Amino acid sequence: MRRRFGLRAISLLAGPLFLASPGLASPAYDAKTFLLLDRLTFGATAAEAARLKAMGLNNWLNFELHPPAKDNLPPQAQSEIDALGLKPVGVLVVDFTAKVKALRAITDSDLRIAAGRAYQQELNDCARETADRTLLRDLYSPTQLREVMTWFWFNHFNVQQYKADIRAMLADYEDTLRAHALGRFRDLLESTLRHPAMLRYLDNASNAAGHLNENYAREIMELHTLGVGSGYTQQDVEALARILTGVGIDLSPTPPHLKPAQQSGLVRAGLFEFNPARHDYSDKIFLGHKIKGRGFAEVEEALDLIARSPATARHISREIATYFAADDPPPTLVDKMSKTFLHSDGDIAAVLRTMVEAPEFTAQAAHKFKDPVRYVLSAVRLAYEDRVILNTQPVQSWLNRLAEGFYNHDTPDGYPLVSSSWDGPGQIEARFEIARQIGGGSAGLFRPDEPGAADRPAFPQIENALYFDGLAQTLRPATRAVLDQAQSPQDWNTLFLSSPDFMR
Amino acid sequence: MTFDRRTLLQSAAALGALTLAGRAWAAPQTNTKLLVVFLRGAYDAANVIIPTGSDFYYHVRPNLAVAKPGSRPDRPGLEAVALNGDWSLHPALKDSLLPLWQKHQIAFIPFAGTDDLTRSHFETQDTIELGQSIHGTRDYKSGFLARLAGALTGTKPIAFTNQVPLIFQGHGAPVPNQALNVGGRPAIDEHHIALITQMYQGDSLAAAVQEGFHVRDDVYRAISRESDAANRGAVSPKGFELSGRRIARVMQGGYNLAFVDVGGWDTHVNQGGATGYLADRLGELGRGLVAFANELGPQDWHDTVVVVISEFGRTFRENGDRGTDHGHGSTYWVLGGAVNGGRFRGPEVKVEQASLFQNRDFPVLTDYRSLFGGLFRKIYGFDAAKLNTIFPSAKPVDLALV
Repeated sequence: MRRRFGLRAISLLAGPLFLASPGLASPAYDAKTFLLLDRLTFGATAAEAARLKAMGLNNWLNFELHPPAKDNLPPQAQSEIDALGLKPVGVLVVDFTAKVKALRAITDSDLRIAAGRAYQQELNDCARETADRTLLRDLYSPTQLREVMTWFWFNHFNVQQYKADIRAMLADYEDTLRAHALGRFRDLLESTLRHPAMLRYLDNASNAAGHLNENYAREIMELHTLGVGSGYTQQDVEALARILTGVGIDLSPTPPHLKPAQQSGLVRAGLFEFNPARHDYSDKIFLGHKIKGRGFAEVEEALDLIARSPATARHISREIATYFAADDPPPTLVDKMSKTFLHSDGDIAAVLRTMVEAPEFTAQAAHKFKDPVRYVLSAVRLAYEDRVILNTQPVQSWLNRLAEGFYNHDTPDGYPLVSSSWDGPGQIEARFEIARQIGGGSAGLFRPDEPGAADRPAFPQIENALYFDGLAQTLRPATRAVLDQAQSPQDWNTLFLSSPDFMR
Repeated sequence: MTFDRRTLLQSAAALGALTLAGRAWAAPQTNTKLLVVFLRGAYDAANVIIPTGSDFYYHVRPNLAVAKPGSRPDRPGLEAVALNGDWSLHPALKDSLLPLWQKHQIAFIPFAGTDDLTRSHFETQDTIELGQSIHGTRDYKSGFLARLAGALTGTKPIAFTNQVPLIFQGHGAPVPNQALNVGGRPAIDEHHIALITQMYQGDSLAAAVQEGFHVRDDVYRAISRESDAANRGAVSPKGFELSGRRIARVMQGGYNLAFVDVGGWDTHVNQGGATGYLADRLGELGRGLVAFANELGPQDWHDTVVVVISEFGRTFRENGDRGTDHGHGSTYWVLGGAVNGGRFRGPEVKVEQASLFQNRDFPVLTDYRSLFGGLFRKIYGFDAAKLNTIFPSAKPVDLALV
């Protein structure tokens, strides 16, 4: 949101939260505090503001950048997640693979088609339940920045749910990204390289000596690390593809049969496998370095090279700044973040701290147009605060309608981070319709997703403590004038969520 | 101050090109309406536009092949329908596309496709939508229909998709996308529109907000006319047939550059032959295209060109699952009231093992960029320099389609 606290802006780390209040129009929070409260989370709420106030800004920021490992969700949200009963990826993928095999053996074609549909439905359920869990975390976790960065990294290391059995891998993939979301970039990168969802999606599971598949090798450099135009060549793509031969998936509980000389080179962890029999052991020249052919250590060496390259520091910093600060982030901001990235050996939390402490961030971030995920989540968070919704299906369908549904982006580049992709005429209009649904009543959010379940009474409360303590004073005069004309609370909510202020 | 695009459009002729939200509004260069239909998933062209003149086809598709014309007098519904001595049409398209063929309103371009050899759906769909050379860095923010819209004046683009598709991603003004499956009256009423408009006064999104209300109204108007028809007892169409009608109605409201995609063509398993899964999908597609033409009516249909494409063809031999895998060359369709149809266009080869690409697939003899480039040159009167802004370094070919 555009928050006009300019005259009262107080330095981030020293400023008091409460300002001397000469009149009704004085906000309780300074501009920078409000900005962080809104942008490092999936949307400001009165409860989050109170938490920040109790902790102090410094402690709150430290907590968000270095959250405890444990979730600590509200009990209602945690029990909804527990009720999903998501199974470990190893079990799921092996089960689904067995089902495909059984399905293929069915001779009657009607029965086989029916079994095929049931199989697809089960996979869809996996994806839906994963989205369910993620939305509950995104809406209610106190470790908000970790959830925001988990979305960001999923999008950065994008996979699309409908390819093969990736739907069964999503929950684990998200947990993997989440564990490294604020850690070291090098570890994050390797965790995706070792994940079956990525190996399936970008086809490295079928990349073997003599049957080279360059898909993943190319995208690692182009999208995940160095960035387009950073100087690597087609020869580097081929070299990396050869280095990555044998990096794949193995569902079998027993190791592959290998010649005695190859056995020590085998690496297995969960579904991940580096199979020496599929690896190209020749020496490679990669990014000007000679990489001695010796097995998985080549992969580690190549990842070290690209993860620590200045091009990667710049590419990742720019992308983070684009997401949080501005469509075209100031080069000075990207420079500061890149320096931190290099000095800290890719410490993501340190890069984020550099960003939020930079005046360029404060100057620009309030004007950044929300993508649909931020728009919908910030609206639901604001409307219901800590009152945990009982059904995420309406949220999932809003996100799908706004074309930023979870796990739905086809291509490895992820959803776009710039406004021009989201502020098209038809898309803004769809937001108004959704604003009406969120603002007009409980919209099915409090009717559990089970047959015959009754809707529990709930009404969105946007004119809450946060609104009176800070939001109201930030609105443009035109918005305030229109809100004064609202004829009912539903009307007021719809208009507020439709306002240009709330789109930012 | 209020924005009314219609008023602006009316005055545009007097003022020359006028820019609203970054797009130039002026009298269009042509009356032609263009609709691109993308069959996502790679439809099995060889079992739709069928080389029934090829013994090799029958040899390598023992389970999937559709019977030659005239070979099943007992069950003519299971025979392919002859188009010429070499090619026949799938029987599921007999009631929809055959009449168009007979009226010379549909042409087929066999052996069409890309030079992308990844055989990856996503990769090759991107390749086509971007329309850039596959050699070099991709610009994911530059689809070829967006570049076409940028090269034209008076164009009114729209995508009938949930998300602005890659083909319409551009550096210029955003293209409205409007899904066709949203039913019901928009809940934002006149009261809200007035207040929302007031809130956006002076905001950078003011023009887009107004455009959004227009697009929404155009689509809603088109869709609400359907329920009038239903009230008179008409059978409600479903699926793509319904979409076809809606697209026609929306395009009659002035949209002249449109895109829609239809999924479900990735038939690795049990695709069926004369009947079955693929036949059902085809029937629906054919009915949708005819519904589109009928809804437009003769005058508008005369001014309309529809191009049906898919990312690649499928393996010429059937696989072990009574399906087909990812291949290479496809067959594209060009339809319209004034299309030079009733014939095959573009170079052909005899369909036999020796002519298969990599001993596996139909070869590509007509590149999609050459085809679209040639079409655009004819429809829009582009010179080489202008065409080069849409398809850099491609060689347009004139297939005498229009």
